[in-house]
Amino acid sequence: MFNLTTFRELVIAALWTGLLAGLLLTAVQQIQVIPTLLQAEVYEDAVTVANAANSHDHQDWQPENGWERTFYTALANISLGVGFALLIGAIMCLRGRPSHWRMSLLWGLAGYLTFFVSPSLGLPPEVPGTEAAKLADRQSWWLITVLDTGLGLSLLAFAKTKTYKFFGAVLLVSPHLIGAPQPEVPGSAAPAELAQTFISAAFFANAVFWLAIGGLMGQFYKKDS
Amino acid sequence: MSSTPVLLNNTQIHTEVLKDKILPAMLAGMLGLALLYTAGFAEAAQVHNAAHDGRHSAGFPCH
Repeated sequence: MFNLTTFRELVIAALWTGLLAGLLLTAVQQIQVIPTLLQAEVYEDAVTVANAANSHDHQDWQPENGWERTFYTALANISLGVGFALLIGAIMCLRGRPSHWRMSLLWGLAGYLTFFVSPSLGLPPEVPGTEAAKLADRQSWWLITVLDTGLGLSLLAFAKTKTYKFFGAVLLVSPHLIGAPQPEVPGSAAPAELAQTFISAAFFANAVFWLAIGGLMGQFYKKDS
Repeated sequence: MSSTPVLLNNTQIHTEVLKDKILPAMLAGMLGLALLYTAGFAEAAQVHNAAHDGRHSAGFPCH
């Protein structure tokens, strides 16, 4: 049997971290991310009415705009927060628990670079109604980029030899040299400025989210807590 | 009277590391991936619609 106490401490720390970071993200999203997204949806809906062959299937259940929609977004944010915190916690468990929350901000930064910045360089966060390549292709590129970036950063930070560090740098840049899958005909229902605002807002919101995950995980999962 | 030092052989140390670190970390990691998959990638329309804004904000490839 494995050490249940270690596992329980890790999971409880991740639950608190994900809950607080997810709620914080939900609040930060209300500043610019959500307003921009809702504005873009007005353009998307205008196109949908004109062209019935849209990928959005409005037959299925979806939360009502307002509190219901915010509630489900918060739930998604908290789930992502707990998921990311469990991954960071697993690495902390293997490499040694942090002695101070400030130290674990670095883990948050690494998570931000790995799961958000690097994939977003090729596939920037999109407002609804943006033309994009096939979903499966984008998901594959996203996953490969996240794995490459995570492994590349680990090698750069922890590898002992220059050869391994060099290999880490190659891993970091290779998905971007290959390039993300692009749509055959680029275009968006929403104006370009709106799409640009959404990208900056998402970069900011995710930075706050990840630093919160790193810092809180350091607080809740530090040595001898 | 000094306490008797506990001597562990290599196999015992490996078992300890496995039980105290590797297995809890692996299990937590798998739980984390399952959550991320559900919130970020699951295709079911209801899950997609509920998590829609969260996915767009996180930059996950969405529809």
